[in-house]
Amino acid sequence: MSTHRQRANSTWLRGPILRGAILDSARKLDPRVQARNPVMFVVWIGAVLTSALGVQARLGSGEAGFGFVLSVASWLWATVVFANFAEALAEGRGKAQADSLRATRRDVVAKRLEEARRDANVEHVPAPALRKGDFVLVEAGDVIPCDGEVLDGAATVDESAITGESAPVVRESGGDRSSVTGGTRMLSDWLVIRVSVNPGEAFLDRMIALVEGARRGKTPNELALAILLAGLTIVFLLATATLRPFSEYAVQARGAGAVVSITVLVALLVCLIPTTIGGLLSAIGIAGMDRMIRANVIASSGRAVEAAGDVDVLLLDKTGTITLGNRQATEFYPAPGVTLEALADAAQLASLADETPEGRSIVVLSKERHGLRERNLHGLDAQFIRFTAQTRMSGVDIGGREFRKGAADAIADYVSWHGGTFPREVQESVRAIAMAGATPLVVAEKERVLGTIRLKDVVKGGIRERFGELRRMGIKTVMITGDNHLTAAAIAAEAGVDDFLAQATPEAKLELIRDYQSKGHMVAMAGDGTNDAPALAQADVAVAMNSGTQAAKEAGNLVDLDSNPTKLIEIVEIGKQILMTRGSLTTFSLANDVAKYFAVLPAAFATTYPELEVLDVMDLATPSSAILSAVIFNALVIVALVPLALRGVAYRPGGASAVLRLNLIVYGLGGILVPFLGIKAIDLALGALHLV
Amino acid sequence: MSTLQIAIYVIVLIPAATCLGEHLARVYAGERTFLGPVLGCLERGLLRILGVPASEELTWKDYGRALLLFNLVCFVVVYALQRLQQLLPWNPLGFGPVAPDSAFNTAVSFATNTNWQGYGGESTLSYATQMLALTVQNFVSAATGMAVLVALTRGFARRGATTIGSFWVDLVRSVVHVLLPLSLVLAIALVARGVVQTLDGPARVELLDPQAGVDGVLITEQTIPLGPAASQVAIKQLGTNGGGFYAANSAHPLENPDPISNFLQALSILWIPAALCITFGALVRDRRQGYALLAAMLAVLVPCMLLVEVFESAGTPALIAAGAGLESDPGMTGGNLEGKEVRFGVAQSAIWVVATTAASNGSVNCMHDSLTPLGGLVPMVLMQIGEVIFGGVGSGLYGMLVFAIVTVFLCGLMVGRTPEYLGKKIGAFEMKMASLAILGPCLATLGGAAFASALDAGRVGVQDPGAHGFSEILYAFSSAGNNNGSAFGGLAADTPFYNVTLGVAMLIARYLPIVAVLALAGSLARKTAVPVGPGTLPTHTPLFVLLLLGTVLLVGALTFVPALALGPIADHLQTCSR
Repeated sequence: MSTHRQRANSTWLRGPILRGAILDSARKLDPRVQARNPVMFVVWIGAVLTSALGVQARLGSGEAGFGFVLSVASWLWATVVFANFAEALAEGRGKAQADSLRATRRDVVAKRLEEARRDANVEHVPAPALRKGDFVLVEAGDVIPCDGEVLDGAATVDESAITGESAPVVRESGGDRSSVTGGTRMLSDWLVIRVSVNPGEAFLDRMIALVEGARRGKTPNELALAILLAGLTIVFLLATATLRPFSEYAVQARGAGAVVSITVLVALLVCLIPTTIGGLLSAIGIAGMDRMIRANVIASSGRAVEAAGDVDVLLLDKTGTITLGNRQATEFYPAPGVTLEALADAAQLASLADETPEGRSIVVLSKERHGLRERNLHGLDAQFIRFTAQTRMSGVDIGGREFRKGAADAIADYVSWHGGTFPREVQESVRAIAMAGATPLVVAEKERVLGTIRLKDVVKGGIRERFGELRRMGIKTVMITGDNHLTAAAIAAEAGVDDFLAQATPEAKLELIRDYQSKGHMVAMAGDGTNDAPALAQADVAVAMNSGTQAAKEAGNLVDLDSNPTKLIEIVEIGKQILMTRGSLTTFSLANDVAKYFAVLPAAFATTYPELEVLDVMDLATPSSAILSAVIFNALVIVALVPLALRGVAYRPGGASAVLRLNLIVYGLGGILVPFLGIKAIDLALGALHLV
Repeated sequence: MSTLQIAIYVIVLIPAATCLGEHLARVYAGERTFLGPVLGCLERGLLRILGVPASEELTWKDYGRALLLFNLVCFVVVYALQRLQQLLPWNPLGFGPVAPDSAFNTAVSFATNTNWQGYGGESTLSYATQMLALTVQNFVSAATGMAVLVALTRGFARRGATTIGSFWVDLVRSVVHVLLPLSLVLAIALVARGVVQTLDGPARVELLDPQAGVDGVLITEQTIPLGPAASQVAIKQLGTNGGGFYAANSAHPLENPDPISNFLQALSILWIPAALCITFGALVRDRRQGYALLAAMLAVLVPCMLLVEVFESAGTPALIAAGAGLESDPGMTGGNLEGKEVRFGVAQSAIWVVATTAASNGSVNCMHDSLTPLGGLVPMVLMQIGEVIFGGVGSGLYGMLVFAIVTVFLCGLMVGRTPEYLGKKIGAFEMKMASLAILGPCLATLGGAAFASALDAGRVGVQDPGAHGFSEILYAFSSAGNNNGSAFGGLAADTPFYNVTLGVAMLIARYLPIVAVLALAGSLARKTAVPVGPGTLPTHTPLFVLLLLGTVLLVGALTFVPALALGPIADHLQTCSR
């Protein structure tokens, strides 16, 4: 995750993106664009209004001095431009990425087949002419024209255009590696593919739309926040608009002073409405999506990203996520009268030809523990016995000796067939290993049982701490495994998950998700196989592995290009971070208003009620300097917070109360104090430069 | 001594509220209660007359329709009774019909539980109008607020439900099981202290010391208006109505004769609003939530009482210059006694000032216009923050819950989760309704005050010059625009202009939030609940109480500080510098 972040930081301010963003922030001054964001639209209207007042003042009939009105108007325009800039910057990198994606499939010509056979008639058509259900042939060197399912053939494919991963991957018909993505390039061999989507719906299209933010609808939380901000804007509009008649009344009643000018009222309004969060709101969302893309995760919608922050139950497949890929040999238990070395030697011999990870791990263990080197048996007269479902054993016949390893009951049959007996001690150790959640393999030579090998799932380093973190965040982890209950329980305890589902079938998984959902939980899961598809479709946040089947990818609402199931945890963190950034900046924005009142109110009514000067705790130079300082601060704070909006607030896993307390101190208390200092500093600077 | 009185008040209030709150929870849940067997008959009888089964369930829209229809009927009845009182019995002084604008204002005022009084009760309304129109409204407008609260509570408590209860059942239960019995007991206690309760005409007494009137004629006789006061005073306090029998309200010796009647009345202002916090906790099956809300309200109430007490005890620069005794001795409190009843003094006036404006009661036992500027600022702020510190019966708590939803939304985002309150996720619809509910009173208050200060029709009613005059306008609309009904005084409000504008302000402030809150209830009831976990933001902790208050005060302060700066704040600074 940290590497992704670093990458993100370094690329925000790249020349072309920055130049594009500056151009875009001017382009976004279009009122039709502004109207989408009510808070900033109010600022825009204020800028137009004060500009008109500035013209009036220039003509000599203004309500306030030309210089003052002009300064206020300029800074209001600056406020709008700064907000535009934040959004344009966030969009900029996505656009650059989209352009490069688009380039990958320019002018692709597809070889459409009449039938799903390699030797069928070929018709050359442009890729966009392909429809769902068409068959195409792709050969070495071709760009795959569309998303699809491999019907025939096997080939290596370079998917770096999508995943950024340069190592080629194998795609073949049948099984879990049968889906191909449009825009990737064939390196070798050929494939017959059935097109699985219509033009415009392909994975690449989705990705382009996503990075460009073109179809970025507001997410539910964003919408709710926008409504609250609009509500507050109306409240402040009421508060400032009514000040005009109130001030007229005061002037008349006092018989002194001047009515507060519209310029000052507009300045006050813009200071009060939540422009900080209003200006940065869309940038936060876009940057969050971008962080997801940096993490090599493609979301079908912003909604899915946001839902990730709400997840409180995480279903994780045991294999590959919680444990290292496969079980490994961890211990030898010799039978009575057999030395440890003899057992290790026999076990290694029996496994030399066993290419399964378990077999390799036995060879490695013997080598590491007992210095037994791998022997090349090709010179010897060795005959390897492969594992079959009938014998459930594997081994080797060498120089008249027979070594076998296998499940306890299979070996028991083998030994008794040779006239031997199965020692009680070995039976004991077999039972003990199974009880502890590991898998026992028994090694024998004809009638003689040599001992037991313990095969064990190896829990990934650091995963237990990670689950502890999740628990503190209020997320429950559930391990899904096909193992029996006993094995599952042992691994669950070792990995520190909260719950597990043993002997999981696709139906049981689906049932489990429904059960959690009915209790109000939000469930996330990762999956890659076609049999995962129903569960993926049911889960609230479903991460499909890019290496997985088309069915899984369609059922999921997020696709992980790295095909790393542990990514789920990172996805949850990104989702949470987006919400936290929005909440923190909203709090900051509202808290800022306190200081702005102290700056603007005494200044606004200075001529009517000079007594209100006692409220000017910052001791600002003049009324116009006070008002201008508040407006300038309000504009500059948007720029100052752009990096935070793009990066997201610092995220530390912890309980809700702890996180809240921290963010409150930083953004709530900070939000009250910072503007006092900022406004005073700007006021001093204005005075020093003789600008007011 | 003054602080002790405030302490006693709070110490008595809390256990009284807790007991009543638990009782109310059983009432609304339809469980057996202490007086259930007797009152149950009355409840069933009333429901039978209405043709409503006790098990009726309505969607939020039907609930709202029933409520608005009922309130409309109430409005029409009160208006008609005022206009036709000359034709009706119990009119010993033979009052003629009330003017249309005043009748409109009063009808709105009593239907909306505001009980703003543009009229002088003893000099314009017949006994029939007082009893049939106003006293009845005191019961049902209070019960309307309680019903809305109970509906919202069901929204939180129910899961995946389409209905939020029955307005008719909630209304009848509120009146029969709570307001009627409590009013009866309180009325008897008040009569025992000397509050009048009679259907006889006014008493005429010979003056001991005849005086010459303005026209030079010697006045030898005084007419003392009497009437069924105690029965109305009891419900006026319990139902946070505040509309007194006499124009002087509870400052009148026949409405509030002595410190004991004063204590009972002040206590009953906050009794039900405080109890409803407990009821809420009980009904959502998490009592800590109710205690947290009550704590939040008390955390504002008590400092406000102390503040007013300090400001009033300190007197004014003019009093100090004149050498007016500020030291209190056992027989006499010192400080600013202008507009206060000497039988109550500063402390009991301060308690009342704060209680009546924290709750949307509006009854007075002293003249708020005569408070020191800062002393007058406190009640104004209490009203402007939306009448959510206790507030009106029902309405105060549902207003506070709206603020709790907004608070939870901000905080929930800050902890990185879709915000939820009591397990219900807060989404766009909830924020829309919460914004509307908050917006209504702001619009009514600021819009109305702006209108009145801009127009001559509004300006002529103002009695005092300068900033204080503006305070009078602002106070009137803060009172009407938050359905409080408290009067600052000084403003001649019984004019067609004020009767209409204040009436409209009351309507906006009452019904916009009610509709929004019922919509909230409907939407919340449909949701399933999110289970509580370590990632859930706890809403019963001191931190949350602090945040809730922060939100209430920040929204209130940010909205009203500019207006307050031109009113009481400028007034205070001028008074000091003079």
